[in-house]
Order: sequence, then C-alpha cells, then structure tokens
Amino acid sequence: MVERTPILDTLTYIFLMVGILVVGFPIIYALIAATHPIETVSMVPMPLIPSDQFWVNMQAAWNKGDLGTQLTNSFIMASGITIGKICVSLLGAFSIVYFDYRLRTVAFVTVFCTLMLPVEVRILPTYEMAANLFGPLQMLWEFLHLDGIVAWFVGHDIEIKLDLSLLDSYTGLILPLVASATCTFLFRQFFLTIPEELCEAAKIDGASAMTFFRKIILPLSKTNIAALVVIEFVYGWNQYLWPLLITTNPKMTTAVIGLQNLIPQADDLPFWNEAMAAALIVMLPPILVVLFMQRWFVKGLVEREK
Amino acid sequence: MIKRSIFSNRFLPYFLILPQILVTATFFYWPALQGLMQSMMLSDPFGLHNRFVWFDNFIELFQDPLYLKSIVITLVFSASTAFVSISGGLFLATLANRALRAKALIRTCLIWPYAVAPAISGVLWLFLLHPSYGVVSLAIKRWFGVDWNPVLNGTDALLMVIMASAWKQISYNFVFFMAGLQAIPHSLIEAAAMDGASPFRRFWAIVVPMLSPTLFFVTVMNIIFSFFETFGVIHTVTQGGPGGSTNILVYKVYQDGFIGLNLGSSSAQSIVLMSLIIFITVMQFKYVERRVQYTG
Repeated sequence: MVERTPILDTLTYIFLMVGILVVGFPIIYALIAATHPIETVSMVPMPLIPSDQFWVNMQAAWNKGDLGTQLTNSFIMASGITIGKICVSLLGAFSIVYFDYRLRTVAFVTVFCTLMLPVEVRILPTYEMAANLFGPLQMLWEFLHLDGIVAWFVGHDIEIKLDLSLLDSYTGLILPLVASATCTFLFRQFFLTIPEELCEAAKIDGASAMTFFRKIILPLSKTNIAALVVIEFVYGWNQYLWPLLITTNPKMTTAVIGLQNLIPQADDLPFWNEAMAAALIVMLPPILVVLFMQRWFVKGLVEREK
Repeated sequence: MIKRSIFSNRFLPYFLILPQILVTATFFYWPALQGLMQSMMLSDPFGLHNRFVWFDNFIELFQDPLYLKSIVITLVFSASTAFVSISGGLFLATLANRALRAKALIRTCLIWPYAVAPAISGVLWLFLLHPSYGVVSLAIKRWFGVDWNPVLNGTDALLMVIMASAWKQISYNFVFFMAGLQAIPHSLIEAAAMDGASPFRRFWAIVVPMLSPTLFFVTVMNIIFSFFETFGVIHTVTQGGPGGSTNILVYKVYQDGFIGLNLGSSSAQSIVLMSLIIFITVMQFKYVERRVQYTG
C-alpha cells in the first residue's frame, strides 16, 4: 500500500465480504434448499437453517433425472470436445507456423475467419448438416447427374442415397463443436514466441518435423494445454443449444439439458429441493475442474486477450 | 507471420492442417453457405418446395414488428447484462487488489460461478426470484412494496434473466480485471500518491485509463456472451415469455426455425446475427492493432 488508509482498508474488507456473499448466495441458498424436505422448502420464506434431507434429495434427483446416464454423456461430450479441439488445433497451428507451402495463407485465412462465430448463429444449417453428413456429396451427385452416368455404365437404373446421420450420437454432439479457431489461434501465438534456435538446433541434430513436434513443441506447450483443458472442458460441459437440438433421445442428452425436466412447473408439486440438488450435482464437475486447476485456468483465460 | 527456420516437406503440412480444414468446412462454411441460400428462399414447412425470393425474407424481417421488438429487447438485455457484470467485476477486482491478506482465498471465492452453465444459473435465479417460492422476490415485495411477478410481468422477467446472466459473468470479468490491475506498474500509483492524489482520484486518473484495453476486450466478450450464450438462460427460465418480453434475437432464431418451422425467416435472422458478429470481430481486431502501435 502507498499510504495508510485504515478506514478505506476496513471498508475494502467489508465490501469484499459482502461481495463474496452476494456472488455466492445463489449457490449457498441452493445448497440449503437441497437439504430440506418438500414441506419446508415450499414455505415462504424457506428457513435458512439446513435440514437433514440432503442425501434423500440427492438420491431422488439422481433417479428422477436419470443423472447417471446424463452425467456420463456430459462427460463424454466435454472430454471429446476438449481432446478433439486441442489435437486438431495443435497440429493445425504447427502446420501454419513451421512450414511454408503454397496454400498456407489460404489455410490460415480459412481457419481464422471462423474465430468468433459461435454455433448459435448458424444453428439451422449446421443441424441439417449433422442430420445428413453426406448432404453436400449428395447434392454434388445430383448436380452432376452422376446417377445417369452410372446407370449408363452399369446398364440399368440404380438409385444411390448417401445418408449418414449424426443425430443422437456422441459424434454429433462432439464433432461440430470441435470446429473452432480460438485454440489454433492461441497455439499459433505461442509457437511464434518459441525461440528460433530450438528449431535450428533440432534440425542440426537431424530431427524430423514430427520428432521436433513431439520432443520439443509438446513439452513446451504443457501449460498452455493445461489451461485450454480447463476452459474447453467447462465450455463443453456447459453447452446448451447444440445438445438440445441434436438429441431427442433422453438417453443421449447431457445433464445440463436434462436438468430442465426437474424444474417444477406451475401445476407440479414444488420439488425445488430436488431441482436444487440436481443443479448442484450437475454444476459440480466443472466447478471442481476450475477450482483445482485455477492457476492454469486464469492464465489461459487471460491469454485469450492477447 | 512465419518462422525463419522452418521444415520443408511436400505433403506433411497439408496432412497436419487437414483435420482442421475438414471440420471447419463441413460444420462452418457449408452450413453458412446453406444458410445464406436458405435466407433467400421461401419454403414450406416440410421442405418440399423452395422458391427463390431474393431479399424478400430480409425485407419482411425488418418490417416485422416482432423482430424489431426483439432487437430492442436484445439491446436492452445485453447492455444491462454487460453493465451489471462489468461494474460488478471491476468493483470486486479493485477491492481484491487492495486487499493485502488472503488474496488467493478471495480469488477462489469469487471465481467459481464462472464454471456454472448459463442454464443452471438460470435455474438458481428462477428459484430465488420465483413469484411464490423465491426468497429474493419475497424481500422485494416486503421491502419495496413492488408486486414482483416475473411469470406474468415482462419487465420483471427481463430483470430476472439479466440477473441470471450477469451473475455468471461477474467472475469472468473479475479474472480479467484482476490480471489487468496487477499489470499496472506500481511506480505510477506511487508517483500519483506523492503528488497528493487520493485513492479515488488515482483510481479514476490512472487505473481506469490503464485498464481501458482490458475494459474494451471485456465489453466485447460480454456483448457476445449476452447475445449468444444466454440462450440457455432464456430457454430454461422464460422461454422468451411472457408475451415475447424476453425473446432475444438468438432465441427467436431457434423459435422461428425449430418450433415455427419458418426456415427462410430463421435463416435470414441467422445471417443478420452472423454479419453482426463479423462486424464486432473486425472492429476488435482493428482496435487491437491500434493498441499494439500505441504501446510501441
């Protein structure tokens, strides 16, 4: 501190405490609500002293919402997106930074045009694409009247239908969200700061491009990878719109979507205690990831700004 | 930009970039192109007949009072969300930066709402602000005498989704402001203190200008968040209601496209949103470039 400001310092701590309480209040309140039986949770106002029904509510929420299946789905989706994004973008950034080839600039521009476009702005056509992955090929096929040529070649009319649907599948949940330029951009920025001498030394020692990638680039990128793991895992876990569209089978939806079925509607009995218990279960994994990997997470988040 | 020392290989670089290009092409460029085509088509809900209508969908869109209303709602919603979350984040970060003890603990206590999904944040706030069971709504009714009912009243509903969205973003902004504050050279603050500037004066005359790049970045990110990622909040809490009073643009795309099956209009709305976000991105890059020149 520059000067002594006892009053201001006390105020700082008081406001900080208030701030932490206000920010934490929704979750603390949810935690209390999850310990109450339905009779007390629907009292107005709900008593702020926790009751003893926590495990009962947890169990009820778990069974009602089929959370076991949905949490597994969420986990598969989040880790799929995380791993996919990081692998794809590590290789892509390596190709863009460490090689010089004719279509390099084209590849660079193609990828970075997508930098900030979220799924939300192109939901309908992306959905159609996922509903039939071979849609473009089919169109090309029809456009070129290839079936006529094939029919002439084979000697009789045949109909060829290319059809591969990604609806209600893990691939469909994961793959479209892997398309993102942010990670590639971050890795590119990082690779550009790696000293030239490392690459020169590796080349003198006779390392091939992939050896250099494996033995030097990968170990150096460890912290960046850790940071992105946190960010992308949270991102993947919290996805809402895409899983909502692409899954219709309740066995395939994610936990964040499934939670909606547990919110009491106007005519239901107000099982808010179970809804809150379920909300706590569903939000726990990303919170744990953020808290335990806080240092990398903060670093990674702030790095995005540069 | 490229390295001085590089590898030369004829096929390897193409092979390495291929996955990224493939995914981007199938799930980004092709759908974007399709969306553009669809936005100029008039098609029946079953997709059996398509007619090319040029820009009719767009013209119709901007004459539609519901769409114009949705634009106004989105602007109010995102401006308020950004304002609440940015000022909250800045306030808490300034305090936390002043604190001498337990900095790590304070940071931990403020960081974790970031990990909560927008949809779950919506559920939590729905419980707090619920007209019959919510404890906060009870407080509002008792202390302010307002007849609070977000299920029936549009303004109340909008306030509710703003709270649910801003709450989650406070911790996001907090992280950036903390990093920004720690990057300000201490000598500047000390020099100002020597010149007799009070802590408040120093905040407005040094800290805020020094934070302006962070402030700008955070504003852009918050606007993007409140335009797009708040879909989960709207869908779990209000479903655009009551009476379309929380029907923000991205929710309207979904509603018109997947529930109303008005494919042409929905695609046109997507294209409008896409142009908007491209505009924001370009502006941001322009600004970032200028900042680089400024710092030398």
